[in-house]
Amino acid sequence: MSSVSQRFRVLRQYLRRPLAVVAAAFLLVIIVAVALAKVIAPYSPLEQDYSAVLSGPTGAHPLGTDQLGRDVLSRLLVGGQVTLVGIAEAVVVAVVIGIVVGLVAGYLGGPLDTVLSRLTELVMAIPGIVVLLMTYALTANNPHAGMLVLGLLSVPTIFRVTRGAAAAVRGETFISASRVVGIGRIAIMARHVLPNVWGPIIVNTAVLAAVTLGIQGGLNYLALGVNPPAPSWGGMVAEAQTALQQQPWLMVPSGLVIALTIAAFLLIADGLRDATDTSSAQSAPVAAPRATNVVDEAVTTPPEGALLAASGLSVAFGGTTVVREVAFAVQPGETVGIVGESGSGKTVTASAILDSLDGSAAVTGSVWFEGVELLRAPKAVRRATRGSGIAYISQDPMVALDPSFTVQSQLGELVRRHHGLRGAAQRARVLRLLGQVGLPEPGAIARRHPHQLSGGMAQRVSIAMALAGDPKVLIADEPTTALDVTIQGEILDLLRRLRDETGMGIVIITHDLGVIADLADRVVVMYAGEVVEQGAVGTLFAEPGHPYTRALLAANPIASERGKPLVSIPGSVPRPGSWPTGCHFAARCPFATDACTRAPIPLAPVPDASGDHASRCIRIDAVLADSTDRRVA
Amino acid sequence: MIKTLGLRLLASLVLLIAVPTVTFWLQAVTPGNVAQQILGIGASKEAVAQLNHQLGLDRPVWQRYLDWLGGFFHGDLGHSYVTGDSVANTLGGRVGVSLSLIIGALVVFSIVGVLLGILSTSGNRVWGRVIDVVSTAGIAIPNFWLGVLLIGVFAVQLNLLPATGYVPPEQDAGAWIASLVLPVVALAFAGITGVAKQTRDQMLVSLASPYARSLRANGASEASLIFRHALRNASGPIITVLGLIFVGALSGSVVVENIFVLPGLGSQAVLSTTQRDLPVIQGIAVYFTIIVVVVNVVIDVVNTILNPKARTA
Repeated sequence: MSSVSQRFRVLRQYLRRPLAVVAAAFLLVIIVAVALAKVIAPYSPLEQDYSAVLSGPTGAHPLGTDQLGRDVLSRLLVGGQVTLVGIAEAVVVAVVIGIVVGLVAGYLGGPLDTVLSRLTELVMAIPGIVVLLMTYALTANNPHAGMLVLGLLSVPTIFRVTRGAAAAVRGETFISASRVVGIGRIAIMARHVLPNVWGPIIVNTAVLAAVTLGIQGGLNYLALGVNPPAPSWGGMVAEAQTALQQQPWLMVPSGLVIALTIAAFLLIADGLRDATDTSSAQSAPVAAPRATNVVDEAVTTPPEGALLAASGLSVAFGGTTVVREVAFAVQPGETVGIVGESGSGKTVTASAILDSLDGSAAVTGSVWFEGVELLRAPKAVRRATRGSGIAYISQDPMVALDPSFTVQSQLGELVRRHHGLRGAAQRARVLRLLGQVGLPEPGAIARRHPHQLSGGMAQRVSIAMALAGDPKVLIADEPTTALDVTIQGEILDLLRRLRDETGMGIVIITHDLGVIADLADRVVVMYAGEVVEQGAVGTLFAEPGHPYTRALLAANPIASERGKPLVSIPGSVPRPGSWPTGCHFAARCPFATDACTRAPIPLAPVPDASGDHASRCIRIDAVLADSTDRRVA
Repeated sequence: MIKTLGLRLLASLVLLIAVPTVTFWLQAVTPGNVAQQILGIGASKEAVAQLNHQLGLDRPVWQRYLDWLGGFFHGDLGHSYVTGDSVANTLGGRVGVSLSLIIGALVVFSIVGVLLGILSTSGNRVWGRVIDVVSTAGIAIPNFWLGVLLIGVFAVQLNLLPATGYVPPEQDAGAWIASLVLPVVALAFAGITGVAKQTRDQMLVSLASPYARSLRANGASEASLIFRHALRNASGPIITVLGLIFVGALSGSVVVENIFVLPGLGSQAVLSTTQRDLPVIQGIAVYFTIIVVVVNVVIDVVNTILNPKARTA
């Protein structure tokens, strides 16, 4: 993309924001009016009209007069020149020096960078006002000197932005490529680095202008950098203060013009920030989690005897479906594995069941726990389910514990919440839980903070946290993925032992068929937001009823046959929003025919299969026949 | 832990010497004749030369710097050009006034900022909007205008609080507080924004983190997630921002003291500026730097206590 069309794009983006456009227009009016002050001002700023002292707004004096009968509008227009010229001086100094020094520091790095960064920290740590006062004292109140020094004091703002952006760009490939080609460092900085950092720089320049106006106004209020009776915006506030008793109106024009001009700079900065932010379309801050929208629809009855069940469970973000019509059930003491590649929707499914999706998610279908439908249940019911009905362990144990609290503290909080235990009883329960998950020295572990635990220990503590409420079902999202291979087996053994001891059901989410083979009784295979196959682990591994399951098994080093090369699946998972009408796997499937892509494929029982083996494949006969052929061969 | 704190203390010492040194050399290399400026343009050459000699300004710069530095280490900050009084005497009685104002403002913007931040975090979108408006207003309404507006409303119109002046606490504690209310509000207003934003951002990061998700799914209450876990994890970054805002408030106090005619360091600073009384300004630079250093050390200590990794490392 050429930089010209890029700039037009930024302009178009900017013009879409009404508030930013109004702010820019206001600033333009101020600048033009102040520039033409000598021409358009109705009076001289020093002209005194004793017949109209402190008059308030009148036909002759639209913004009123001050205690010497001087016209406020004229003084604002002329005083604006000191203000705007001063801002320009300070901002130009800060921006020019900040960019040059920032580029050098960020692009070259090394000890020079360290020295320059420390120096800016030093400048930021000193109260700038003292340096400014010193400057005015030494230069006999020279307005330009003060603003130039203010610019120098503001260099760190621009320096930090430029340095950060330049350092980030430095590592990118096109910079290394330029260097290999032999383009000089200065040429690289001017041609490649600067165009990539100008966005944040102009945004911060606008903010800097706003802040500078506030500081300069304060100095002028103190009669620094301006010599009364010459007008200045800040000085007019000071003059208004002396007439506060007689004519409060005088406060309004001078203060308001400063406030509105500062606000205009800030709104322009906001508009520029949004318009130049190319990194992500939505730069909105992280939204606080809030209630997920559950779309009402006919509620079916829960599957008989199931502890936890999902039926017709779909999740959409902003109208894009990411999980469609997922159904499965967990019996007491049973382990159900949900397996699929990343992007298959398995984690979103778990989050929907746990009610931990953010507000932008729309959930349809049903989730049943002990016969109670949870998605439409009152908040109190859902709350009561968390931890004591359904518990959860997450993927990466190192970030799953609050780093600020000891194990005793956070585990104790859950014990108190679920069992109302305090003091010694609470502590005893914590130690028992830690012992239950196989931690050798519960007392010592309880006193530690999360950063003092190894990955395996942290995952055991996470499991203890999940067990604190004696849950009936445990949802474990990739519980071993982040761990060392040697630890993985121990954690799976622990989960199996806990299931057998407590009789709880487990839903284990994984991309690893080895984990399924090790732990699960039944397995649900997900692909591109849909369940493509489900059944007992033995049946499904022996006679996969879906080409995707077959491909997964063939690609898995544990499940594949010894001596045969591993087969990777060509192509990639289609993204939500671009799912095909028919079978989601058709594009990567060796069995696919035209019929596969015409209409949605239902999940149907596998012919002649035992139990509840089901597959979402209309070529099921060909798939099964092919499997039989291979076995015979 | 003690080693990192020691390093920080050393850095603070560097700052303590660096700031007066910079201001000293700034004054030394700036063209302009101090004696001439004090005596006015009409003064005779002899009078200027005599005053220069009297103030010791006719000696080489480096010698003056070494003298000044030697005095600095003995707590001697020199003498006022104008009154001849020692700088320490001139400023000593004013420190308490400035500290009352600045610490008052620190308390106000910390408490109000954190509360606003929490309110905007706890799901309610209205409070989110309030923060956005306050944050623009915090910068757009400068302290000198806000201060005068406050006087106009609360002193002139409503007659609730004194417009200007300061009453020492040992004289009348109630009047002391009354004399500080408006100045503290005027000074604190700009700081509220930064604290509220930092609180909100850090708490949202914490609430979206995997540990918050795990705790919630395993039964921790919403109140505990917000007030115990999110607030605790946000506290370090919030305190760091408090330190930065405090340095800004120190600058703001110079303006605010002048609006409300408080006899603190800031009023003296402006008076000395108009009188070209450089040793006094230099002395104020030292006092301000000491305040910054003390605040930085306090923040480092608090952060070390709050951060379990630093504490147990």
